[in-house]
Amino acid sequence: MHHPFSTRRQFLGLLAGGTAVATLGGAEDARASTRTKARIVIIGAGAGGTALANRLVRRLEGAQITLIDPRIQHFYQPGLTLVAAGLKPASYVTSPTRDWLPRGISLIAEKAAAIDPVAKTVSTDSGQSLDYDFLVVAPGLVLDHDAIEGFSLDMVGTKGIGALYAGPEYAAKTWQAASQFTQVGGLGVFTRPATEMKCAGAPLKHTFLIDDIARRAGNSGKTKIHYAAPQGALFSVPIVAEKVRMLFDERGIASHSHHTLKAIDAEAKRATFATAEGTTQIDYDYLHVIPPQRAPEVIRQSGLSWADKWTDQGWVECDKHSLRHLRYPEIWALGDVAGVPKGKTAASVKWQVPVVEDGLVSAIEGKVPTETYNGYTSCPMITQVGRAMLVEFDYDNNLLPSFPGLIAPLEELWISWLMKEVALKATYNAMLRGRA
Amino acid sequence: MKDLTFGTLIAVFEEIFGRGLFWAMIIGAAFVTIAYLYVLIRDRAISWRRFLLAQLSMPFGAALAVWFVLVMTHSRVSDLGGPIDLIVFLGVAVAGAIGCAILVYTIHSLIKRPSSSE
Repeated sequence: MHHPFSTRRQFLGLLAGGTAVATLGGAEDARASTRTKARIVIIGAGAGGTALANRLVRRLEGAQITLIDPRIQHFYQPGLTLVAAGLKPASYVTSPTRDWLPRGISLIAEKAAAIDPVAKTVSTDSGQSLDYDFLVVAPGLVLDHDAIEGFSLDMVGTKGIGALYAGPEYAAKTWQAASQFTQVGGLGVFTRPATEMKCAGAPLKHTFLIDDIARRAGNSGKTKIHYAAPQGALFSVPIVAEKVRMLFDERGIASHSHHTLKAIDAEAKRATFATAEGTTQIDYDYLHVIPPQRAPEVIRQSGLSWADKWTDQGWVECDKHSLRHLRYPEIWALGDVAGVPKGKTAASVKWQVPVVEDGLVSAIEGKVPTETYNGYTSCPMITQVGRAMLVEFDYDNNLLPSFPGLIAPLEELWISWLMKEVALKATYNAMLRGRA
Repeated sequence: MKDLTFGTLIAVFEEIFGRGLFWAMIIGAAFVTIAYLYVLIRDRAISWRRFLLAQLSMPFGAALAVWFVLVMTHSRVSDLGGPIDLIVFLGVAVAGAIGCAILVYTIHSLIKRPSSSE
């Protein structure tokens, strides 16, 4: 009889193999770290700030890294469209900010109140002042709800009003209003702001999802869907805009270009839009509001913004390939606040973080940085529950498919939906930990 | 996707299932595989009768795997939109079928030693 112990060597071999596989994941951690006493301040512990802090801790030894952010909760913002369609609970997108931060850094749970780029100091709202050698501004952006007359956040979820960008609770309330619309029917109006915005695909995703959910409930006969946006095209990338136009035609979704939401009358359920000719009013049963978006006040008042571009929005003046400030070389912009033509998405952050990391570490080492950002943005454009198009593009509107020949960017696919539903949050979390 | 390395993939899977569950599943799968190899080496032959029984379990394994994936991802079979979708879908079914067959064969072999007639 064959003795089982003779397989012990094989068993040990397998174990050794397994251990080798397990340690491969940590291979990049072994990279030599640079000794420095640099004081690095990162404003914002969102996707960009957190991912960068985790990577810098591994690259730099002895650096004094301080994060400034008052937010106790971290939001996984790409999940908000799923919450607003009833596919995930509000808790799906929230986690404690501190859970993602590495050891060896300081978190000041306060708001940055002022930046002095000449004296190289940041002060917080309690009056604490921090000197820095290098500064990364990654505070995200602010939603200017007050810019829409007659609108306030307490209306969300009632009177047929949704606003999924406002956060997890509001995304859940948006679903309350939207799901009622998919049952009762009527006219649904889906908007987009005139400013730069986070994930320009999200207004379209919400439109597609609510249309699909009404269709599945057998109520497509009594719902009408209208998409109203200030822009002339449905998407900034022409080839994608054409595809969306075809999908809208196929689904019977009407679109109104050059329509900027200016005011709402919640009692009368009437929305007022600025158009090329003046103003027009639309009576709605469901209205999805996305307000204008701007850089936080502290950025706009610190003299870091572009003087001749986006003057009403205040995005940080930086080189679009290095993300380094054009006037203050010890400052980088990261994420939504960066004044670059595209890239207010988590996917962009994923590509921007290694560029800022490389820029910063190279500056400390006195070397020339090699990483550049090409404007990469990715949008798993959900077109119905169960299908999406994996649209990826750069500054020049070129499509950059990650899986050419396998996953066609302009094809509605189940696998692209799977990525959004299953793999995206996992990839995002891995990015936060500085591992992807 | 940037830097799709083996390390990234491991990190992503750890995040999907949680670190504990992911490695528990890997160890579980490794354990079943090792047990399967063990019975093959121990018996020095495949028992075709047991293999037949294992084959009968394959459609159930395939259906179970497909059902699990569809339910977990809010999807329906009608969502399949292109060739890659069909390949992934069949891949899930085949993986479920093979996994189930190996599991049934291994459990059967571990419970019941081969008799001289087999």
